[in-house]
Amino acid sequence: MDVQLKVWRQAHSNAPGDFEMYEASNISPDMSFLEMLDIVNERLLEGGTEPIRFDHDCREGICGTCGIMIDGKAHGPQNGTATCQLHMRSFSDGDTITLEPWRAGAFPVVKDLAVDRSAFDRIMESGGYITVPTGSAPDANLIPIPKEAADTAMDAAACIGCGACVAACPNSAGQLFTAAKLAHLNLLPQGQPERWTRTENMVNAMEEFFGSCTNHGECERACPKQISIDFIAMLNRDYAKAGVKNRNLAGQQA
Amino acid sequence: MELDAKIPEGEITTLWGQHKFNMSLVSPNNKRKFDIIVVGTGLAGASAAASMAELGYNVKAFTFHDSPRRAHSIAAQGGINAAKNYHGDGDSIFRLFYDTVKGGDYRSREANVYRLAEVSANIIDQCTAQGVPFAREYGGLLDNRSFGGAQVSRTFYARGQTGQQLLLGAYQSLARQVGLGNVDLHTRTEMLDVVVKDGRAVGIVTRNLITGEIESHSAHAVVLATGGYSNVFYLSTNAMACNMTAAWRAHRRGAAFANPCFTQIHPTCIPSSEEFQSKLTLMSESLRNDGRIWVPKEAGDDRPANEIPEDERDYFLERRYPTFGNLVPRDVASRNAKNMVDKGKGIGPLKNGVYLDFATAIERLGADTVEERYSNLFEMYERITDENPYKVPMRIYPAAHYTMGGLWVDYHLMTSVPGMYAIGEANFSDHGANRLGASALMQGLADGYFVLPYTIGDYLSGMLGDPVVPTDDAAFVEVEQDVKDQIAFWMNARGTRSPDYYHRQLGKIMVDYCGMERTKEGLEKAIAEIPALHAEFRQNVRVLGSSDDFNETLEKVQRVDDFFELALLMCIDALSREESCGGHFRTESQTEEGEALRNDDDFAFSSAWEWTGRPGDPKLHKEHLEFNHVKLSQRSYK
Repeated sequence: MDVQLKVWRQAHSNAPGDFEMYEASNISPDMSFLEMLDIVNERLLEGGTEPIRFDHDCREGICGTCGIMIDGKAHGPQNGTATCQLHMRSFSDGDTITLEPWRAGAFPVVKDLAVDRSAFDRIMESGGYITVPTGSAPDANLIPIPKEAADTAMDAAACIGCGACVAACPNSAGQLFTAAKLAHLNLLPQGQPERWTRTENMVNAMEEFFGSCTNHGECERACPKQISIDFIAMLNRDYAKAGVKNRNLAGQQA
Repeated sequence: MELDAKIPEGEITTLWGQHKFNMSLVSPNNKRKFDIIVVGTGLAGASAAASMAELGYNVKAFTFHDSPRRAHSIAAQGGINAAKNYHGDGDSIFRLFYDTVKGGDYRSREANVYRLAEVSANIIDQCTAQGVPFAREYGGLLDNRSFGGAQVSRTFYARGQTGQQLLLGAYQSLARQVGLGNVDLHTRTEMLDVVVKDGRAVGIVTRNLITGEIESHSAHAVVLATGGYSNVFYLSTNAMACNMTAAWRAHRRGAAFANPCFTQIHPTCIPSSEEFQSKLTLMSESLRNDGRIWVPKEAGDDRPANEIPEDERDYFLERRYPTFGNLVPRDVASRNAKNMVDKGKGIGPLKNGVYLDFATAIERLGADTVEERYSNLFEMYERITDENPYKVPMRIYPAAHYTMGGLWVDYHLMTSVPGMYAIGEANFSDHGANRLGASALMQGLADGYFVLPYTIGDYLSGMLGDPVVPTDDAAFVEVEQDVKDQIAFWMNARGTRSPDYYHRQLGKIMVDYCGMERTKEGLEKAIAEIPALHAEFRQNVRVLGSSDDFNETLEKVQRVDDFFELALLMCIDALSREESCGGHFRTESQTEEGEALRNDDDFAFSSAWEWTGRPGDPKLHKEHLEFNHVKLSQRSYK
């Protein structure tokens, strides 16, 4: 199949950017989207044009490195699929496909389609952990955890930190990412001692970088791991509670 | 170069505990006087950086990713082994140790492996306390499964995303230390060389991938946690950016490289489709617990799987290995699949796979149970192939996956250069000639959480009061200039072909001659072809753009250049090891039944290669292996 690519090219974060058109001819529908881009890039390089920079790594949908706005949709048309797992069979011969970087104030463009998502790391550093110095852990089976709680924590922990939720949100809010980590840790018994400080710290860090959530739900739709927006409700509940929680009694109540 | 493994004297079961007492300590208020560089932030690097920062050392961590959470440890699916014996099925530290040495086909160091088995239980405790959501039973306790040929259930897992959850646990601990200011984290920064002064590692030279800036960093010790080199085969299950550059440049600065030919081919990957394929996707080995592997009995049988009747199918692993069946170790499963394809019994459009069939499991357990166990893997498979594994059998084929070889390290995980350590997949230490399933995560975290933080103190304690070598020292200036000269060389490369073009050619040579089966003739051919292709590559590769920029071609060209030199060493190593063991199968050395035949009289050693300045002419040092606790036997999985 033959497709046309309309690609955002931007030399660096302070340079102006613009769209360029490229031909992607003779493409197999069984190629992944990024394999198609590899081929375009190899042809560009051998033809004397600097290749399109895009972030990518594992190509298995788990590392969260890739992320392209494809025809205005974060990670493209297929639900529950990261860009690297999208295949050309989702497109038709003759299509013009628009490729843009994530667009969000908190994610400045580094070059072309690659952005800087380190704001996510700042949120994590503010409280996205359970404090447990190496070697100080009790036997793992000393803390029984109801299977349902462990499974729900795992649902939230499946977040790959790709940033599609932010890119899809009209407000560039970071709620789904933050909520997923908070739910993962706040649902587990091990996460209780730091629950309320963690919630306040992570939400505060988030608000330094990201817009506000107004419940559009675009994030859930765009999420390649289909993380539920219900976790945002949990974030809101825990954040409201955190403000009034009597920390002296925190160990005695969930 | 003198290799001293520094294995302490004593009874193996108490060796590590006793040795921890015997090593020198750095007192808590002195730890802040030491700087440590950690390169790589995967399982091993992140856990080491976090643990050492908690202890009080000043840690500088480096990753070429945009965040530590991207490291390829994240893609490990199946699980992590630990000798917890939670299921009361007869597991013990000694059994995990025994299985690992045997599974590695008796080419690993007993003392290291015993220590690994010993600390395995601590890893599960540590990770659970961090909030890693391991799978649980309804009673709330941890679930285990049997994995990759183990006869006990000792594998802990978090759905099919165990590596992700363990990495996030380590990353979160690291993030905490970054937030506290104890770790200085450099992202999108690639190590391009290591600086050695007066025989000690004193720092590294890096390139900022976004600005292109070349920088020097000094420290009292340098830790490489930079992963393996499966991407030398071009197509592998490794992530696109996985490379050998950091470890290779350490090798060129004096670190011995051990057992480079010990590579693992994973039996259950999605077969490659066409030339454009950029990487191969692993389907967790856990699928072999419930899936049955078969091919048609007749070569060239073109009927769809569902139309081939039961008695015309050959469940070749179950037939040849009645005890272990589909759960034979990886090297055995891989080679058998290759034999079937070589006999013309391969399936799929390119006849390059074998079936992995879940029909029996769905009948026995119900689709719901199968879905609960494997849903994410089945979805991933369907997304890639457009085929539904609940209805038609999966197609699988072996692919390069893990490298047991790596930088030679002693019992302290120190390389042959004092002050330079290698941990995780980057070292060669624990898996011998073949790694057991679910043991990579175990080793990465054992090294990072529970070994290096102890052993590094023994080295540092002798340097109390010594300042770091300043980065304007001649040693740094010289290495920096080297790095800049190399980059200038590549920026002038105005040939015609991309680095990928040559990487693909190199990969093909390696798959053909240094892959699942190796012969003397094939290896000699590869040793002749690789330098010629390497020369053409240096002559004819094309790099565009600027070196002061986010330039992927420049990154890639240097990595491919290092792969060429490594590939040559792998073939030399494979040629010199005239025996079969584990993942290294020399056609000339096999039993009557076609199994790997070791030669313990002549080859019970690890090959540690010293860089001589001339690629293709390395110097061999042998570390002889002694087995006092495990009886050497021909592996049999009948």
